[in-house]
Amino acid sequence: MITHTHRPMRVVLYEGAGAIALSAEARAQLMATLLDKGYAVTRAGNGNGVSGAFPHDDRSLLVLGSFAGGPPMLEDATGKTHIEARDITGLGAEAVLALVEKTRGERPMNQPGTWKPWFPVIDYARCTNCMQCLSFCLFDVYGVSQEGKIQVQNNDNCKTNCPACSRVCPEVAIMFPKYSSAPINGDVVNTDDLRREKMKVDITSLLGGDIYASLKDRSAQAKSRFSKERSPDKALEERKKCLTKMAADGFIPAEVLASLPSPDEILRKAEEAKARALAAGMAE
Amino acid sequence: MFSAVPDSEPKPKLLYCRCAYAQVVPQAVKDGVLAKLCESGASFESVADLCEMAAHRDERLKAFAAGTPLRIAACYPRVVRGLFLQCGSPLPEEGAEVLNMRAQTAEEVAAGMLKEE
Repeated sequence: MITHTHRPMRVVLYEGAGAIALSAEARAQLMATLLDKGYAVTRAGNGNGVSGAFPHDDRSLLVLGSFAGGPPMLEDATGKTHIEARDITGLGAEAVLALVEKTRGERPMNQPGTWKPWFPVIDYARCTNCMQCLSFCLFDVYGVSQEGKIQVQNNDNCKTNCPACSRVCPEVAIMFPKYSSAPINGDVVNTDDLRREKMKVDITSLLGGDIYASLKDRSAQAKSRFSKERSPDKALEERKKCLTKMAADGFIPAEVLASLPSPDEILRKAEEAKARALAAGMAE
Repeated sequence: MFSAVPDSEPKPKLLYCRCAYAQVVPQAVKDGVLAKLCESGASFESVADLCEMAAHRDERLKAFAAGTPLRIAACYPRVVRGLFLQCGSPLPEEGAEVLNMRAQTAEEVAAGMLKEE
């Protein structure tokens, strides 16, 4: 499970004045070890080369270095940042990691292997704000901004390894960075991708019109006992069939299907989204 | 090897993403890029995973986006720019370059990161 707490500390591998530089191999090994455990690492050298330093907003810095005379006593002039220094002379990468872990103590931190950052990323250069992703997603991942623009609002709700919404986007505008294949992984979209995506599923046709039109038709349905073709319940049933087929084709994990919300919940969500979009439009 | 850029020009800041939370970047490429950055002697920033940071709207992404000129070794530029934008910290079109460790070789990415303008 992800934690949204502030990163506990920033590790600085200091190899500037007053410290002995590591070998390139030892430096790379140490940085890889720390990064693979989830730490952010700044490599600070003598100031030569192409790079400048980023400003930081960290409350805690852990400075690692091979300090000939022992670790220096460091204090932030502004008093905002707690700084600790550790001498890593003679220590291998794993020993340095143990030192860093000990310094972190019980402070929570996200770590690789326990969770995968899985959520959609919208390419607004392609997105036409058609809202098909919002209509399709069953887990409230999408929402509408005050300006009426589709947004990813609840990425924690997204089901790991489910890229279904990206498959139904008619413009191939939805990406999942941790997905394996193009164009969903963010690779450049080519004309073949566009043609293929448009051949897949057209949610609008599944619903027999857009979802808002379907909702309007609920009242019409009440007036006509024979309006089966415009029945939102039927549309939702077809939609579920579509999901089942996509699951059978390996597009959606079975556990996602097992936790489908009820049709009423889906309709309520769509009505809420519509109300937000209308309110945003009236406010403009 | 590269040499120092004249002081009058802003030095590009370097950001390396390890993609540690999912193995979608080839191990040999990300190891190779990190090795070359370390060989270069350059100062640089490295993070475990930009996606993980974006997932919880890490404030440091703003600092990265504001730190131009900027070169990022990560994955597809379309998705990296989307991640920053989604977090309210869009990367500027000019001044931010994304190198793709999923599609380019370690040599190509490292050369792009360390090139002299």
